[in-house]
Formats: sequence, structure tokens, C-alpha cells
Amino acid sequence: MKLTLRVWRQRNADAEGAMSTYEVDGISSDMSFLEMLDTLNEELILNGEDPVAFDHDCREGICGACSLVINGDAHGPERTTTCQLHMRSFKDGDTIDIEPWRASAFPVIKDLVVDRSAFDRIIQAGGYITAPTGAAPEAHATPVPKPDADFAFEHAECIGCGACVAACPNGAAMLFTSAKVSHLNVLPQGAPERETRVLDMVAQMDEEGFGGCTLTGECATACPKGIPLMSITNMNKEWLRATRKAGKR
Amino acid sequence: MARTMWDSSVGKKTVMAVSGLIMLLYLVVHMFGNLKIFFGAGDFNHYAHWLRTIGEPVMHYEWTLWVIRVVLVVAVVAHAVSAYQLSRRDLRARPNKYVHKKPRASYATRTMRWGGIILALFIVWHILDLTTGTLHPGGFQEGRPYQNVVDTFSTWYGNVIYIVAMLAVGLHVRHGFWSAAQTLGVGSRTRDRALKTVANVLALLLTAGFIAVPVGVMTGVVS
Amino acid sequence: MTIPAAYTDYATGAPVVDAKAPTGPIEQRWDTRRFEAKLVNPANRRKHTVIVVGTGLAGGSAGATLAEQGYHVVQFCYQDSPRRAHSIAAQGGINAAKNYRNDGDSIHRLFYDTVKGGDFRARESNVRRLAQISVEIIDQCVAQGVPFAREYGGLLDTRSFGGVQVSRTFYARGQTGQQLLLGAYQALSRQIAAGNVEMHPRTEMLDLIVIDGRARGIVARDLITGKTDIYIADAVVLASGGYGNVFYLSTNAMNSNATAIWRAHRRGAYFANPCFTQIHPTCIPRTGDHQSKLTLMSESLRNDGRIWVPKAKGDTRPPNRIPEDERDYYLERIYPSFGNLVPRDIASRAAKNVCDEGRGVGPGGQGVYLDFAEAIQRMGRKAVEAKYGNLFDMYQRITDEDPYEVPMRIYPAVHYTMGGLWVDYDLQTTIPGLFAIGEANFSDHGANRLGASALMQGLADGYFVLPATINDYLARNPHQEKVTAEHPAVREVMAETEGRIERLLAVDGDRTPDSFHREVGELMWEFCGMARTDAGLRKALERIPQIREEFWRRIKVPGSGEEFNQSLEKANRIVDYLELAELMCLDALHRAESCGGHFREESQTPDGEAARRDDAFSYAAAWEFTGTGEAPVLHKEDLVFEYVHPTQRSYA
Repeated sequence: MKLTLRVWRQRNADAEGAMSTYEVDGISSDMSFLEMLDTLNEELILNGEDPVAFDHDCREGICGACSLVINGDAHGPERTTTCQLHMRSFKDGDTIDIEPWRASAFPVIKDLVVDRSAFDRIIQAGGYITAPTGAAPEAHATPVPKPDADFAFEHAECIGCGACVAACPNGAAMLFTSAKVSHLNVLPQGAPERETRVLDMVAQMDEEGFGGCTLTGECATACPKGIPLMSITNMNKEWLRATRKAGKR
Repeated sequence: MARTMWDSSVGKKTVMAVSGLIMLLYLVVHMFGNLKIFFGAGDFNHYAHWLRTIGEPVMHYEWTLWVIRVVLVVAVVAHAVSAYQLSRRDLRARPNKYVHKKPRASYATRTMRWGGIILALFIVWHILDLTTGTLHPGGFQEGRPYQNVVDTFSTWYGNVIYIVAMLAVGLHVRHGFWSAAQTLGVGSRTRDRALKTVANVLALLLTAGFIAVPVGVMTGVVS
Repeated sequence: MTIPAAYTDYATGAPVVDAKAPTGPIEQRWDTRRFEAKLVNPANRRKHTVIVVGTGLAGGSAGATLAEQGYHVVQFCYQDSPRRAHSIAAQGGINAAKNYRNDGDSIHRLFYDTVKGGDFRARESNVRRLAQISVEIIDQCVAQGVPFAREYGGLLDTRSFGGVQVSRTFYARGQTGQQLLLGAYQALSRQIAAGNVEMHPRTEMLDLIVIDGRARGIVARDLITGKTDIYIADAVVLASGGYGNVFYLSTNAMNSNATAIWRAHRRGAYFANPCFTQIHPTCIPRTGDHQSKLTLMSESLRNDGRIWVPKAKGDTRPPNRIPEDERDYYLERIYPSFGNLVPRDIASRAAKNVCDEGRGVGPGGQGVYLDFAEAIQRMGRKAVEAKYGNLFDMYQRITDEDPYEVPMRIYPAVHYTMGGLWVDYDLQTTIPGLFAIGEANFSDHGANRLGASALMQGLADGYFVLPATINDYLARNPHQEKVTAEHPAVREVMAETEGRIERLLAVDGDRTPDSFHREVGELMWEFCGMARTDAGLRKALERIPQIREEFWRRIKVPGSGEEFNQSLEKANRIVDYLELAELMCLDALHRAESCGGHFREESQTPDGEAARRDDAFSYAAAWEFTGTGEAPVLHKEDLVFEYVHPTQRSYA
């Protein structure tokens, strides 16, 4: 396949960025999207040009590092991570636009690489269960009903890639935050911190400068792990419950 | 608690949801009241008069109406201010647009924002037209709402403004009602279809019910 | 002038002895050690700084636990977030001797299985401790909210895994590693928020600072600004993972690398059993030269999938058209009692053998079928979907083939490295104050790791072992000399690091970093992969220094050192691979026996199984660095088996 790539190039956080056009040839439909970019980069290096910087690591769809907006879609046309997108999704002669995640809470570091540390700070605000090592009771002491365990797992699948923020017209991190709140708040182990967790995480989310939710559903459509939009509804419920309870205290 | 509400993006959405639902309830009642116009001037004017006497003798003349007006004004202001502040936040959160644009992504958001602005302007015009009579075409007559309505809908621009606004109401309610349910946390996977159906039915009912009046005037059913 | 000895003319030095392992009954050793270890007064702990490199299961859990104990932890990862460490990609599960199934499991059986699975090249004391701690790990993770699979009664579910006959593997669908890592990451996040952990993401360790024979800090490069900096501490913990990426194509993450452990090795830490590499049997075969990495399919698939190849050579019919009696279910045929569940090394080698016979399937004949037709018939498609759905989806996404209709094709790939820095029972390397945990050390898996044991070891080391043993070191060395950037030893390390970066940028040759990585990787796969020979290893040992020489002549690294520069990161890692590869080959050459993942063609039984030579090789080989390209010194640690007596492994 022969393709035309239009790639966002930005030297560093302070520099102005712009789209640059490159031609790549000899692309196999079995290649992953990132392997196609590897091919481009090999050529750029040999031509003495700066290769395109992009985040990637596990290349099996679980680490959440890869983060490209391809033709306007976070992670591209298939519902998967960029690293699991294959060139068979494109046609010979296509022009492909490649851009970084766009959100003021995710500033560009270089080219297609953005800073997603805001997500870490949301987790630090309360996305955990306080269980110091060694203090744990026997695992079978607290059974968890299977539907609850499955609900928790479904939300725990989030890989923290940030596609939800990239896809949201408001740059909101609601789906990311709600996935963790939903995972931990449904479990009996998470109950003691149920209220503080949701209040603190939502406050941190706002603090980081993410937008608000207008329930367009774009986040859930882009999510490679299929975190449902209802996760946000659930977090809203948890937040209201916590606010009422905090008000009574 | 109020502080937490107002300071949080989720809390502000709650304010929008609750105020929106209050306005929605009002709209439903308002729409049914409007339909009385098809029963003739006597019935309609009598209904309008009754509005001012609700709650008598406990309440004085127009007291209840003023209570309703105050609640509505609070709801409108709360809804609008929250919407404005949230929109500002949303736009700040995404200052750089994608070069490759996808129109679909912001459809709901844009219709809500522009729809909201259209409705706000409409409300101002609507009050100046049929409540205070400031902008009324022809002579506004206090206590004769039937005639006032017919006057308004006898002008082309009255019909256009009204029908456009009512279509906006439909779109706004359609996403707004379902959205409010999610914000208040009452949505769920099993309830989702029901909620979407109710939202669609409400939107359709309100739009059709409201638009029936100018259509009635235009077709001569009401005159 | 003395002529430098050839690399293969290594000397054998004094044996290396694990001075920390207690003696006495094996089930009491860990308790004994914990009791004998000195403690640090809680009030004094915050005065101690501990550096932890890596945030995977081992590093993440260690950082969180040390911080909970009151130490000041300074932690590093090259990823943009500690949540992305490659432990996240582990699919199958984590072993624990809970015996919830009442199927005859026990701590002793897990211990026995692990020693046997490792082909009697692991230390008994360590493995027994691992089995004992496995039970606590599950409790700990459940308390953190790790959503393990549960049964309808609300209790934890388990499944069986390769190499064992009990059901002791706890799992979270096909994402167990992810869920356990997020548990550790969340515990770590809590400590970061509390100010007890100073986290440096996108920062890569480039060297170790050793002062007066003790590990006192590291040199690390901020990958965003490119600035190298020094970080001083009272102890350094390496949890930087394995070195499988030496092979270029592996199931490791693209950026997983050996730099931290190799730099530590260059500074004096012995490197043990570098040739022990695990080749995982169930990976998706490569499709072409563009391949950048290989993807693993969880071993759990072997529970229900049946592995086969056509009986006839060169049979190119589509799988569904090959009748039952013309298929060779070779694992079931050769190993009737374990069948498709034999340990990884055995399954991998068997696949290689049938492909070498010309019976492999798919492009290039480098693959075997993993067939679910029978399972779908027996359990129904729904049940198969519930159990393996996400794995099937992943397979389909990568290969564009539907595994519900067409059998999967699989082929072995480099997956895990059992070797690593030599550590004693306390997980301390030969440099006092330098600890290595998780895949970075060599300690628990011998010559082959059983499935679902990597997660167990990483968490055992991080949550329980290291936090108990590091106290002893810190308590015995409470007042260390203050070190600043001006210290001559620090300046020297800094200068070396900066010099290397400048050199890499200065060559400005005509070959990309990847081209060198690929070259050394292919060489290693050919000569130091699934089957090794004396002649092949010697060929590789001859070639590696040539590649190294060419590397420094022809490497091209664009850009500068003072910026985000992924090519520079890569090139700098390849420098270390080019040295480590040499040591791996030497270790493989010197170990003239077959054991676990190390198969020497010269040492096999008449029916082609690995023939161990306990008389000559019942030891761990710990290598001491003497200089790039210079013959290292071998230090042997004799392995003593008091509880599990070495036998030729049999899974027939």
C-alpha cells in the first residue's frame, strides 16, 4: 500500500505545531498502525530528519500508552487501541491524518506525545482502597456477589489511555474517573471510603481543568475497553449520595 | 453542601438537571393550558383568570402566580448561569480543535448550547409579547389573552419565532430529560430505553402541543 | 603487554555463597530470617531514603509497602505513568496455595511443583518462601479491591495452568496482570498523595552510584527534558524487569530494557544464569519483516484448546479439511498424562520439533494449530466466549481470522527471563545496599518458570520479602556518609553517562538503532533461542563483538540529548543489549547440559527430551563483569536439594 500521512509535528511543549505531510510506500495490510509509523521513522532517520515521536509500549492493547487521533477518531476507526489497529482498515492511496490527544489537561510534550499525569493525580486523590500490606483479612472472609464482582471488573478494565478525553468535545475525564469510582465503590472492601473517594476524585478532576459532561457519549464510543456510558451515571449517583451524606455530618 | 454543589462540575450539572426538570414540569402544564384555546375565548380567558386565583382564599389574588413566577425565574437563572459557566469550562478544556474535524462529536453539545440561547431569547420576547405586552403587535389588552394570542399569531414573524423556538424546545427536552436522568443518577442499563422513550414522547408532545396554537390561528380554527 | 584473554576463556572464581539463608526445617526458615533480621525504629525510618527503579508488580508493591512502613521512597519509571509497567500485560493468573478447591493442594505442593517445574535449578529456601507467601498475596490483593473472578456463591474462582495438576490459579478474566498491577499502582498512588513516595515518571535509570562498596544512588535521565541527574539514597532497589528484548522480537513491551540491571552488573553486581530464557509456546506467529513485537495468547487457552499439526509433511490443506485421523495431537500423544498442559519449555520445544520436521502450518511453516472446535462442541460457544472471549477477539484483530471457525495458529516466542541479578535470600545483590526484585533477579524459577508464577513472585518480593529484609540492611548501616553531586565517585559516574550519550549522538552514521537491535535479536534467536549448540553459540560469540564494533561506527541518532529523543533512548539500550547478549551466549555455552528453557542439543535423552547433568551443573552461574568484551569471572552457587530430590522431569 502507498499512503499519504499528515502528521502533527511540534518540537516541544512551547513550540508551535503544524501538520506535515509524508508519503509512505510498501505498507503491508498485516502491519499494525504503529509498525507503519515505525517504517516512516526508519526512513526519516536515514534521511537525517527527526522521527515522529509517539507514545507506545506493550503493543498488545493493555498498557494504555498509545494515543493517536487518526482521521479525527481517538485510536482510529476500529474500537481498539492504536497499537491493535491494523493497516487492513485502510485502503491503498488513503490520506491519513494523525494528531495527538487534544485537551488542555493533556498538554503536548512533543509531536504526538502528551502529558497524561492528570490521570495519575485523579487516582492519587482517592482511586484506591486503603489496605496497608499485611493488614488483609482472609480472602474468603468477605464474599462478593458475582454480579457485583463482574460489575467491578467491567469498570476496572480501564487502561487509562485517555481516549475518552480525546474524543469528548468538552475534554472531560468523566468516563475515566467514573470507571475507577464504579470499580471500587461497588465492592464491600471499598465501602469505608465510598463517599470521600468520589468527592475527592471529582474535585481533583475539576481541578485539573477537564471539561464537564454533556452526555454526548463520545467517550464510551471511543473507549477501547468498552467502559459503558452508564458508568458516568453511576458516578453521578455516588457523588450525590456522598454529598447528601457529607451534608448530614 | 450547597457550596460543594456549586463548586463542582458534577454539582452544577445537578443544578441544571433539577432546574431543567422544574421548567419541564411547568412547560407540560403550560402546554395543556394553552390547548384550552381550542375551546373558545370564554374558556381560555376563564382559565387565564383562574391562574391568578389559585389557592384563594388562603392566597391573595395573583400570589400563587407570583410564587410560580419566582420559582421559574430562579430556575431559569440557575439553569442559564450553570450552563454558561459549564460551557466556559468545556471550551477552556479543549482550546485546540482537531485539524481533522468530525461534526458528529459535538452534535448534542452544540444543539443544547445554541438551543438554550434561542430559548433564552425567546422567553424574553414571549414575556414582552404576551405578559407585559411591550412588544405586542396591535393593542395589548390586559385580561383578554385569547385576543392577544390571536394577534401575535396573525403576524408572520410571531409564527416564525414561536415555531422555531418550539422546535428548539423539543430538541432541548429530548436530550435534556435523558441527560438530567443520568446526572441525577437514576439512569441504568435496564431503564435506558424507557428513559429515552419518555424523553422522545415528552419532546414530541410539547412541540406538537405548543405548535398546535399558531397552526390553529393560521388555519382559522382559532380566530 | 599482555594479550587480553578471549571472551570464552573465563576464569572460575570463588563460589558465591548465600549467607542470609537460614538453615533448619524449611518451613521455618522464612520466620527465622524475619525474626533474626534487625529492625529500624519507626521514628528513624523517614530519615532513610530508598530508591526503587520500576513500578511493575514488584516495584509498585515494594514502593507502596516501604512508604507505608515510613521510609522515604524515591521511585522511577520510564513510562509516562507507573500504571503502564509491563506486568500489566500478564494475562493468565496468579498461583496461590489456598487449596480452596480441596484438590490436594498445599504450600508444600506449590513449592514442589515450582522446584520441579524449574528443572531443579532454583534455590529451595527461596521457592518454599514464595509458596508460603502466595497465600497472603491473594488476601492482600482482595483487600485492595482486585476484582478476581468469582463463583455464584461470591467466593473466588480458580483454574488450572500448565505444569500442575491442581486448580490453584486465581485470575481476573484474561487481564490478571492488569488488575494486580492496578492494585499495586493504587496503593502506590495513595503513598504518592501522602508525600511518602516521590515519583519520577518518564525518567530512566542510566547508571548506579556505588560509594565505598555500597549502592548509594543512581543516575537517571529525564526523558522529556533530556537532563541527566543524580539521586542519592541509603539503598537502591531494582525492579526493572527482565531482558527478553535482547531478542528484538519478544512478548515484552517495546521499551522494556536491561539497562538498569546491566549497569548494576557493570558496577559489580553478579549476573546469574543469563541464558535461562523462557520461550512461551502460545504466541501469535509473526507475519513479516515489519513485525515489531510478538503477542502472547494466555497459556490458559491450553486448558481447553487442543494443539495439533498435520501428520503429513507439507500438508497445505486448510485445517478444517484435514480429517481427524490425519492430525497429530502431538502433546497428547507424547505426554499422555499432562497432554496439552505440559510446562512451557516442553510445549515450546515440541512445537519447534514438529515445525523443524516440516509439519508446521501457516506462512513459512512456523506455526501449529490450537484448536477449539472440540471445546466449542463440548461446552458450547457461549461458555468458550465467556472464558476466552477477549483473547479470541485479540487474536482475530491481529490475524483477521475467526478462531471460533478456524483453529488459531500459534508459535513459541521469547517471553520471560529466569536469569537476572544474583541475589541472596534477602534479595540483596553482591553490591551491599543494592537489591533486585521481581523478574530482575534470578532467584525463584530456576531454569523454567511455571505459568502464573511471575505475578506471584513479583508481588511476594515487593509486598512481603523485600520490606522485611531491607530493614536488616538499613538497621546495620544507619549512618551513612552524606553524598553530594561533588563527590568524586558521583562525578565520575555522571561524566561516564554524559560521555556515552555524547558519543552516541556524535557517530552520525548510516544505520538506525532498530536495524542493530534487529540484527542482534535475530542472531540470538537463531543461536541462543529454543535449541542451542556449542558451534552455534561460538558463532554468535564471534559475531557479537563485530556488531558492537559496527554499532559504534555506523549508528545514527538524530536530534540532541537535551530533548525528548526516543531514538537516543533506544540506542542507549542497545549498547547494553550488545554486551548482555554476549554474556547470555557464554553462559549458554558453558552450561553443557539441557535444563528447563535451556536446551543444548548435545545433551538430550534418546527420545529427544532435555537431559540434565546434575553431576556437573547443579549450580547457579553468577558472572562477574570485568570489562566490555573481556572474559567475565564465573562464581558458582551450589544448589542443595534437601526436600525435593532431583529427578529427570517426566510429564509423560
